Amino acid sequence: MSELFTFADYGQLLALVHNSIAAGAVLGLVGGLISVFVMMRDMPFAVHSISELSFAGASGALLFGANVVLGSLTGSILAAVLIGLLGSRARDRNSVIGVLMPFGLGLGVLFLALYKGRSANKFGLLTGQIVAVDTPQLSWLLATSAVVLVGLVVVWRPLSFASADPEQAAARGVPVAALSTVFMVLLGLTVAMSVQIVGALLVLSVVCTPAAAAMRVTASPVVVTVLSVVFGVGSVVGGILLSLGSTIPISPYVTTISFLIYVVCRIVGARRRRTVSRDVLHQPTTVAQGAG
Amino acid sequence: MLELVDAGLAYGSRQLWSGLSLRVEPGEFVAVLGANGSGKTSLVRAILGLQRLTAGTVTVTDGIGYVPQQRRVNLLTPLRARDVVGQGLDGHRWGLGRSAGRTARIRAALEAVDAAELADHPIGVLSGGEQQRVRVAQALVAGPRLLLCDEPLLSLDLRSQRTVTALVDRRRREAGTAVLFVTHEINPVLPYVDRVLYLAGGRFRIGTVPEVFTSAVLSQLYGVPVEVVTVNDRILVAGIPQAHHE
Repeated sequence: MSELFTFADYGQLLALVHNSIAAGAVLGLVGGLISVFVMMRDMPFAVHSISELSFAGASGALLFGANVVLGSLTGSILAAVLIGLLGSRARDRNSVIGVLMPFGLGLGVLFLALYKGRSANKFGLLTGQIVAVDTPQLSWLLATSAVVLVGLVVVWRPLSFASADPEQAAARGVPVAALSTVFMVLLGLTVAMSVQIVGALLVLSVVCTPAAAAMRVTASPVVVTVLSVVFGVGSVVGGILLSLGSTIPISPYVTTISFLIYVVCRIVGARRRRTVSRDVLHQPTTVAQGAG
Repeated sequence: MLELVDAGLAYGSRQLWSGLSLRVEPGEFVAVLGANGSGKTSLVRAILGLQRLTAGTVTVTDGIGYVPQQRRVNLLTPLRARDVVGQGLDGHRWGLGRSAGRTARIRAALEAVDAAELADHPIGVLSGGEQQRVRVAQALVAGPRLLLCDEPLLSLDLRSQRTVTALVDRRRREAGTAVLFVTHEINPVLPYVDRVLYLAGGRFRIGTVPEVFTSAVLSQLYGVPVEVVTVNDRILVAGIPQAHHE
């Protein structure tokens, strides 16, 4: 265990990694928010594909000596917009994603194989490298988050409408198709940020699990959003803090916390749902339905 | 309210209907009936502006309330009944601002469909009939001048069917809302309907129920002998080709 956890000099360590903690908190916030729509729109699979292309972009940038964040953003947004344009129907979308994902991963592996630099850089893109967040990288992250946050605030309500009931939303004049593209771009930006921090393979723990857990315990849209943000920030920042005293990278900590939150929410939710369905069944106005 | 002039709709070479002219006045209740695949839902989509007509024009006033067919909602959808109704009020607006009196309007809309006690329930756990009542509340909450209902009674029990149709009728009487009501069954709306638009076999007929629901008119529309009988204020239709009917 002494290899895993050594909390001596923890204070000094904290001072060294305040950049990473700030980055983690911001990522947890943005990831928690966007995960609400990832779940409502049933897109976890798409997120995974976007993160593989983001990985390809980042490793390409590493190979050619370009800005890695910029490379990861390019790959991510390209994938997100492609999926948005080619896969408007769920079935098309899954096949587009299934084709894009291995292509992105293969491209990334190729770039990394050709790359002759530090091998820690290579591994970091796949499994996370938050302790290495430097000030320019942090500025990129903050700027990207600001764009996503402002974008989400503006489109939140119509996007929520379009995600829950696209037909009804279209009937009310919501530009459903355009909103879908806007959402894919915001998602692309968030995924690119997550790749920088938790790595391409583990993005879903930040961009899917928080809302998936929150939706198990409540149906109130406000409470889901707040819980999702708390879960997102909690797992990323918690993961960073735990990883400080260890030799293990941050990702296993983030994914484990995130997973445990989900498990607890499932158990709590299963109890809640039993109570709710009992209530509904006992209401006098409820009449048994023939066809559903 | 709603005016179609010489409207036509075709998918490729398949003509659903053409030469359709219809004007729905404020407070009028028009039922749309017809065989499956006769273009009832396409007509609704054309009125909503989601489908382009291949001929003619459609003119609609602003403010359409739309009640779609019953569809199952994902059990985990993070919305309660009150949130679904709220989307009908301001779901299309940008930003996060909420108008004054929002909560009261949502409550009133839910009360009007006998669903006040469902307000805090997740939409996903409600029965099909309960979800449909919530959708009617969602369509009415913004005070539309035209109410478009696309098979809203499908999968509802008889009591909920009566609740919904009576509510729609009261709305058009009190608020002068024009109603276009797509249904495959005339009897639930029989006490309220002013005129009928019957679509079948690429043809259509517009008129009052006694004008359209005759053996002669329906036989001509379907191109086969169809028998119409009235029993105890219910209209029974026999002989509609099964391939066209559900």
